[in-house]
Amino acid sequence: MYNETVMEHFTNPRNVGEIEDADGIGEVGSPQCGDIMRIYLKIEDNIIKDIKFKTFGCASAIASSSIMTEMVKGKTVEEALKLTNKDVVEKLGGLPAPKIHCSVLAEDAITKAIEDYRQKQKAKNSG
Amino acid sequence: MTKRVYVDNSATTPMHPQVLEEMLPYFTEKFGNPSSIHSFGREAKQAMDRARDRVAKSLGARSGEIYFTGSGTEADNWALKGTAYANRNRGNHIITSKVEHHAVLHTCQYLEKHGFDVTYLEVDEFGMVNPEDLKKEVNDKTVLISIMFANNEIGTIQPVEEIGKIAGERGIYFHTDAVQAMGNTAIDVERLNIDLLSISAHKIRGPKGVGALYIKKGVKIDNLVHGGAQERKKRSGTENIAAVVGLGKAAQLASDNLEGHVRKMTLLRDRLIGGIREKIEHVRLNGHPTQRLPNNINFSFDFIEGEALLLSLDMVGIAASSGSACTSGSLDPSHVLLATGLCHETAHGSLRISLGDINTEEDIDYILEQLPPIVERLRKLSPLFKQCEGGRVHV
Repeated sequence: MYNETVMEHFTNPRNVGEIEDADGIGEVGSPQCGDIMRIYLKIEDNIIKDIKFKTFGCASAIASSSIMTEMVKGKTVEEALKLTNKDVVEKLGGLPAPKIHCSVLAEDAITKAIEDYRQKQKAKNSG
Repeated sequence: MTKRVYVDNSATTPMHPQVLEEMLPYFTEKFGNPSSIHSFGREAKQAMDRARDRVAKSLGARSGEIYFTGSGTEADNWALKGTAYANRNRGNHIITSKVEHHAVLHTCQYLEKHGFDVTYLEVDEFGMVNPEDLKKEVNDKTVLISIMFANNEIGTIQPVEEIGKIAGERGIYFHTDAVQAMGNTAIDVERLNIDLLSISAHKIRGPKGVGALYIKKGVKIDNLVHGGAQERKKRSGTENIAAVVGLGKAAQLASDNLEGHVRKMTLLRDRLIGGIREKIEHVRLNGHPTQRLPNNINFSFDFIEGEALLLSLDMVGIAASSGSACTSGSLDPSHVLLATGLCHETAHGSLRISLGDINTEEDIDYILEQLPPIVERLRKLSPLFKQCEGGRVHV
């Protein structure tokens, strides 16, 4: 059902956890659909210095979260925003068709976390 | 090689060696067509008759009331469509429940598109139908009540006797899907006032691809499959003799060994239920606490998702199943669990363990050793866990 890369990331997910004083947090998905993904960002000089995630969902949701955090870590905010769900699927070496939405969640989660970061920055600058 | 523990016996069971042994000659030397008049045909016909007798005996029915089908699903389809169409002049109303197998539910939905009215009875938190609700829904157009004997996901055994009585007193046909009940609880169609009953061979250690429909003498039913007049002109198509022989033997074994099987399954089931409750927090046993199949265990594990749980179990050789949406290809979790009032996230995190003859106490202990750390690992990954633990609320 899943390839080795997906199973490897499901079994040994990278960057699991939370960041206490995160600069940006993004949560997507809903319990109704059986998927919730939450991303924490630590950003310094416009670069993603640290990223953590917690995911409630199936193996492909966990693997998508894990590989996405690896893909954006060390990247600039702008670079991270360019990440698409297709990049996630490609890096995982493919997902079964009914599981593609998990990769969309990963794209949405990082986008939302960066939006949260930018809003917090704006609030900081104006306050 | 890792240890392998098969606890998905409600999905299918391994064929019993004695079943296989009886079947084998009917693939090769005893290959006759039972419709043929010669000795080869008669040999096959005799095998069919013996299988029919055995199935009838195991259900408390008469041989002439057993009709072989290609599956339990076909038996359900035939029971519903066949009686609905044959009795259309009397009424177009069918009563069923929200927790039926899809073989019944989707057939009902099909019938709704073709002019029939269907009432789907609610169930209580244990997945049980209330006979009083049934009485209220009956009207003068009701021709059929179809309520499963026992549920395939949560194992709840329905009040079949009361339902049979209600149907009988009102002259309404009563069909029950007994695919999961057969072999796990006593069935007597006469005593329970059942008019139609579906079974499947591969759930009782018989072969796949064969089932049967019990049709009480006198029940008006249309054919689903038309053709060459097999099965006393009710279900055409050259008989799958070997499979039918297998079903006959499996039914006989299930019936002969029922008492011992139930005793063994109940012991193993209760050991597992007790162990899970003792070792893991935030769990919920789905289904009825006592009125349940002796081989069914269904738990919801809060904060985690079923597919991830199943895959993790599979990696340590444990084969189970789940009510998770991710295992069914749809976004909605099990309709059965939702009907019992479970919220979506809890329904997504369900695990069904269904035991069989092959399971041992060692299997149960292995599950109790492997399951807790898996649940713990997935909970550590879950954003829902900390919130529910009363930790700080994020954002």
